[in-house]
Amino acid sequence: MHRTGELYGQFETLEQQKESAQFGMWVFLVTEVLFFGGLFLTYAVNRHLYFTAFGVGGNMLDLTLGTVNTVVLIASSFTMAMSVWAAQTNRKKLLPVCLILTLLLGGVFLGIKYVEYKQKFDHHLIPGHSFDLTYRINHPAPTDNPKELAAERTEIEEAARHEAPTEPESGLTALNAHAQLYFSLYFGMTGLHALHMIVGGGLLVWVIKESLKGRFSTTYNTPIEIVGLYWHFVDVVWIYLFALLYLINRHAV
Amino acid sequence: MSATSPSPDHKLPRDHYLNATYGIRSWLLTTDHKRIALLYLFSVTFFFFVGGIFATLIRIHLLTPNGVLVTPETYNKLFTMHGVAMIFFFLIPAIPAVLGNFMIPIMIGAKDLAFPKINLLSWYIYVVGGTFVLYSFCTGGLDTGWTFYTPLSSVYSNSAVAPAVVGIFINGFSSILTGLNFIVTIHTMRAPGMTWFRLPLFVWAHYSTSLVMILGTPVVAITLLLAGMERLLHLGFFNPAMGGDPILFQHLFWFYSHPAVYIMILPAMGVISEIIPTFARKPIFGYSFIAASSIAIAVIGFLVWAHHMYVTGQSTYAALTFSFLTYLVAIPSAVKTFNWTATLYKGSISWDTPMLYALGFIGLFLIGGLTGLFLACVGLDIHIHDTYFVVAHFHYVMVGGAVMGYVGGLHFWWPKITGKLYPEILSRIAAITLFVGFNLTFFPQFILGYLGMPRRYHTYPPEFQVLNVFSTAGASILALGYLLPMIYLTWSMRYGKVAGPNPWPATGLEWKTDSPPPTENFHVTPVVDWEPYDYSNRPDLGLAPGRPLAPAHGDD
Amino acid sequence: MQSQLPLYPEEASNFAPHVDGLMIFITSVCLFFAVGVTIAIIYFFFKYRRKHPDEVGTPIHGDARLEATWIVIPLILALGMFSWGAVVYVDYRHSPPDTLDIYVIAKQWMWKVQQPNGLKEINELHVPVNRNIRLTLASEDVIHDFFVPAFRVKMDVVPGHYNTMWFRPTKPGRYHFFCSQYCGTNHAIMGGWVTVMEPTDYAAWLSGSLGGEANPVVAGEKLFAEKACITCHVANGTGRAPSLNGMYGAQVLLADGTTVTADEAYIRESILQPNAKIVAGYQPLMPTFQGQLTEEQILALTAYIKSLQSQPVPAKGSGIAPSTGKK
Repeated sequence: MHRTGELYGQFETLEQQKESAQFGMWVFLVTEVLFFGGLFLTYAVNRHLYFTAFGVGGNMLDLTLGTVNTVVLIASSFTMAMSVWAAQTNRKKLLPVCLILTLLLGGVFLGIKYVEYKQKFDHHLIPGHSFDLTYRINHPAPTDNPKELAAERTEIEEAARHEAPTEPESGLTALNAHAQLYFSLYFGMTGLHALHMIVGGGLLVWVIKESLKGRFSTTYNTPIEIVGLYWHFVDVVWIYLFALLYLINRHAV
Repeated sequence: MSATSPSPDHKLPRDHYLNATYGIRSWLLTTDHKRIALLYLFSVTFFFFVGGIFATLIRIHLLTPNGVLVTPETYNKLFTMHGVAMIFFFLIPAIPAVLGNFMIPIMIGAKDLAFPKINLLSWYIYVVGGTFVLYSFCTGGLDTGWTFYTPLSSVYSNSAVAPAVVGIFINGFSSILTGLNFIVTIHTMRAPGMTWFRLPLFVWAHYSTSLVMILGTPVVAITLLLAGMERLLHLGFFNPAMGGDPILFQHLFWFYSHPAVYIMILPAMGVISEIIPTFARKPIFGYSFIAASSIAIAVIGFLVWAHHMYVTGQSTYAALTFSFLTYLVAIPSAVKTFNWTATLYKGSISWDTPMLYALGFIGLFLIGGLTGLFLACVGLDIHIHDTYFVVAHFHYVMVGGAVMGYVGGLHFWWPKITGKLYPEILSRIAAITLFVGFNLTFFPQFILGYLGMPRRYHTYPPEFQVLNVFSTAGASILALGYLLPMIYLTWSMRYGKVAGPNPWPATGLEWKTDSPPPTENFHVTPVVDWEPYDYSNRPDLGLAPGRPLAPAHGDD
Repeated sequence: MQSQLPLYPEEASNFAPHVDGLMIFITSVCLFFAVGVTIAIIYFFFKYRRKHPDEVGTPIHGDARLEATWIVIPLILALGMFSWGAVVYVDYRHSPPDTLDIYVIAKQWMWKVQQPNGLKEINELHVPVNRNIRLTLASEDVIHDFFVPAFRVKMDVVPGHYNTMWFRPTKPGRYHFFCSQYCGTNHAIMGGWVTVMEPTDYAAWLSGSLGGEANPVVAGEKLFAEKACITCHVANGTGRAPSLNGMYGAQVLLADGTTVTADEAYIRESILQPNAKIVAGYQPLMPTFQGQLTEEQILALTAYIKSLQSQPVPAKGSGIAPSTGKK
């Protein structure tokens, strides 16, 4: 097994090794763009077809939590960039601190995601047999804001009318079906993103361990750079998700 | 016949990659790209057999209009599993993962690929994906067609769709990682002096192929994932009963699956671009045009997918656009064909087996590629879409093209990979058998298609029987053409004559090292200062007039 | 009719000559290049065969003008093929205003056709010659495709969409049509016949007839096949519907546990309101033939089914109640 920082057998020079690692990560990120791209395309097509239902679905997402998550992730990209800088400038004590902060912020992101998902679960918004857009307004919890609920009820009723102007009942059924599409894509896209964050967390754990052993320096810091690239990519994907899922067609409450 | 003067007696090198270490662990945990190539050789051959057995059953069943060999359900599974096994587990990996893996590092003067462990991981991912698919085959089979159109695949089919989709999904990552490895390697690991325009065209071909692999495969991965989720979780992306759109599936699916056919053919074209200069002993005609055409095919290939969807009811304007672009993508392939032919002009042509395969490739790819022009034509496609015309077309390019390129490449590099020569007369007979059998099998299918016989039919109107019988007869000859090389190539590993470093001789960097090569490929890192295929300025090949150093192989 | 080994189907629509013309044009161009390149290869293969072992070829690296030539000329030809095909296709995708509109519904694994006056057909399409016909295609389940080789036209039938296609039949006759988008088990037998008739014959047919057969049992047997009853009511009991052998007069076990005698009234009800009584162990799959059969035709079918009384009853799959001794 090779230890981090040594020249691997297939390379001629450390320079070549570093170039390969960086280029390799860029190529990998290109494949990730295409991977998420398919989902984004599906979302775009369905949004176009069912914009009413998608608008209703989007309004059911918690904008506060989503915004906090965005800030958290951008902050983690900042601490990640700091880590790269620390490695490049030989700040061997600062480096693990920044990396650990990045990991913690990532953990906060995932924790908030968990809370959001739990909310959806409680409101019967997980696609499947028990999916019911109207669950929350029909079974309000004591902590729910009545004004919010009333606004949601109006919105759902209006949307149902929009789906089938002459038959209100089938309008609600159609709205439910289309909103289920929205939430399938919501969970699919944010779930895939969360999976990538977890992988990123694993990578961070690895470089934290190595950085605590003092492995990285001005002359050798490639792993930090490529983990940084990956982390930034995951951050950028989130920004797109946030905009597309949470922000479009947002009504004020 | 070629040379008649006695060949010098070569001996196998003492240490090479095959005997460097022993034991099953040294193979299953190897990071040597050459050994990984052989692992792939073993597994793709296995899947070729699997797909081939299904094909045999199909052709036997179709001997009579009311086929009695299998039930309709079984027949539908046979053609589906034939397609899945052949496309995803044979055609897409074969040349890149076997010949590409073996040759690319040596051709560019490197010790290995950029990421050897990822290379091994690619193989394991392939094996895991293949296992899921085999599981699907054995527990109910698959009857959706390899194209998995929804809602048939996601809602109505009663076959083992889920494990198959999982297997293909997993296998996609094998392809992606191989492509990633090749791209980085070709960019960063070329030996000193190996500039881009000194690269062998085989490397250019694989670079273009890798672009397609990394950009296209993720899309089909996510598409199959969505279809699988639709099936398992009853979601509604592609199911109209739940607001979904089956045509969206087709767009997403073909966005990869069309470029996928270029993954299958570009490497084969790369093989041909190596074989023809070698056995004509002159530089390839139009090197830069052939290199550029590979890139052009890769790029334009991403823009033509909906030519599979002319009759789905998509907008007329869209159909015309895709037809136009499809005609454009034909041009670079035509350029290659003309350049290969021009390379033969004033060459010194030997009739060795790899050359026979290469010329067979050109003949069959000619028919296959030209019949693509028929299908690209929107006004004609409304008649021949989804008939046997399509089946004939894609078998001509994929089998007549890609498989011939693969088998030809195996013959060309067999001495380098094993250090041994195969029996020449038998191999030429096999090449001709393959060519004849192939044409007899698939040419009648063009006529069947124009007459109106749809594809994926387990029974057909009696007036189509004569052509079907021709086709099946041809298939039996084709099968022989495949079996023969498997037998004598295996035989040659033990009993073949020792080849020496450069039996043909050829000008590539891979021929400057031992046969078989040492684990680190070169004892000393080469420095490249010659142009590719430069037979006239390579005295080391022993071809200068007056120096009778003949690369004969004698008949075994 | 056709020669012993035909190369193309009959030309029976307005599109057929155009499609065949395209085929001939593209074949000619491709044949020219294919033959040209093949002859060149074979010629070079022999002419430049290696004469002694260390001979090399003449180093010719390339010729930009030659490259330009064989890029531009194929491009022009390709664009020619594209343009002609585009013209035909645009015509095909824009149906003229004066069409006879017929509805076609595809389901696994049969075709239901509805003529403009409401008359329904199964796996048959009757059309008058020299009229523009427009088919509106809908699917009840998966993607199918309606393909008539003699007309040289096809169009996918996609669930959740309506697709339309048009053609003008130019020759009376009977022409095969096929499903040409793989749709499951019986995709290969999901076809039928397009009958192109003279306008007067079509009009007569539209008002319904028995097809001129006097013997009701024989007429019923023909109808049984024509209306595709036979695809589900397989005689040996392996179909999706009960075998009708020996059914007439027997006790039939229903899904709700009751039994009923299979008399003429039961047969008539089963044809017109198939979901009224479902046989035990079977799914409610049978479509109704209300509006598709005249009383004469129902009587003919009944006569035929009665004649199956003496046919061998399958051990399984007839729906006949066990108390009569058969399962």
